Amino acid sequence: MEEFGCEWNDAPHSMGTTIMAVQYEGGVILGADSRTTTGAYVANRASDKITELTDNVYICRSGSAADSQIVSDYSRYFLNQHTIQLGRDATVKTAANIVRELSYGNKSFLECGLIVAGWDKYENGSVYSIPLGGTILRLPFSTGGSGSSYLYGFLDQAWKDGMNKEEAEALVVKAVSLAMARDGSSGGVVRTVIIDSSGVTRNFYPGDKLPLYYEEIPYRPTVEPMSA
Amino acid sequence: MSSIGTGYDLSVTTFSPDGRVFQIEYATKAIDNSGTVVGIKCKDGVVMGVEKLIASKMLLEGSNRRIHSVDRHAGMAIAGLAADGRQIVARARAEAANYLTFYGEQIPTEELCNRVAYYVHLCTLYWWLRPYGSAAILAGYDRDGPQLYMIEPSGVAYRYFGAAVGKGRQAAKTEIEKLKLDQMTCREGVIAVAKIIYSVHDEAKDKAFELEMSWICDESNREHQRVPADLLAEAKAIAKAAQEEDMDAD
Repeated sequence: MEEFGCEWNDAPHSMGTTIMAVQYEGGVILGADSRTTTGAYVANRASDKITELTDNVYICRSGSAADSQIVSDYSRYFLNQHTIQLGRDATVKTAANIVRELSYGNKSFLECGLIVAGWDKYENGSVYSIPLGGTILRLPFSTGGSGSSYLYGFLDQAWKDGMNKEEAEALVVKAVSLAMARDGSSGGVVRTVIIDSSGVTRNFYPGDKLPLYYEEIPYRPTVEPMSA
Repeated sequence: MSSIGTGYDLSVTTFSPDGRVFQIEYATKAIDNSGTVVGIKCKDGVVMGVEKLIASKMLLEGSNRRIHSVDRHAGMAIAGLAADGRQIVARARAEAANYLTFYGEQIPTEELCNRVAYYVHLCTLYWWLRPYGSAAILAGYDRDGPQLYMIEPSGVAYRYFGAAVGKGRQAAKTEIEKLKLDQMTCREGVIAVAKIIYSVHDEAKDKAFELEMSWICDESNREHQRVPADLLAEAKAIAKAAQEEDMDAD
């Protein structure tokens, strides 16, 4: 690739990402942008970075797309077995611990930061952050990916204990939108997953319908829509 | 014993013509000859008691334990060969520790029981092994509440409200059946079990015995612990008094 001078876009697929999860009273909300890049090239502008582990536990993936996928796939496999063996749903803690086990055990090969979140009858909603080295941390809310550095201050200010579902989802959409505006590696659409005692709800917020913040350029179609 | 078993009772890997595995039945015999072990599930926990027969007066009290802790939330009482029992306990501890490291949570009692039963069963599948000569009564307290199981040398395991094995099991079982377990606290259960152990003890055949007791209940903070010395002493006193009363009545 050297002769073409294209080294800036032949890098492995990576999710320079904004991901987050927030616990609220009764459940949990996961959120993510949708940009997947190969170096500077946007390989996918509508990717789904929120993956199912079990019926009641989901995972937000950031970093190498391949690495985070394989960790999620193995976790799903182990959790499936565990659910059958015990004859009941795995807890979020157990799911997170399996992800940790894989992240920590293979730390020298992996480049991914993960957030596991879900609902179980013992803890209701819970969020576990599993960053690069394989630490596991239970938090009321957590962010990850390159976009997260723009969010810490905002979330410290905006996050409130005991939020309801609507408040929590509004916070997630706002935070991910803010990070997408600032972070060049995040963008596209906002996806959310809401998990509570009644099950899972997926929501989709198209990129041109997101709120605009400081100095953001409004959405402008480059091509006139064709009349069907 | 020898009449039907002839030729088919030396190996665990050979069935007799009528479909029995004699080595497993002999292992059960080893348990039937041991001191009685009783476990009951009360409303707030599980109580286990062992009639530990003393082979010599020179033995130090508290040695040769038959009740062992497996994890903070689980314990085992062993009937039969004590040494075989320790091997089962060691495996149970390993399973509990392994589950905790992998899943990040304490092993559910049911799962612990299944894994130990699986292990015990393995010893009935290979000609170079002998089945364990012990039955393990497993008491645990997890998110689903207190539970009581018994694992036998064949590898079968059942969950019980009350279980008894060893010499006095028949008498013990009839006594357990009389108890109102769903209304009984563990504090009351300790006394009930002590009474049963004392009542089934055969003074004519066996001389001395030591009462070993443990519980896992709300009062013990859902941890498997030996029954506190003062409560054990009280239970012994009540059990002895009840027995003397019985003898006077006869």
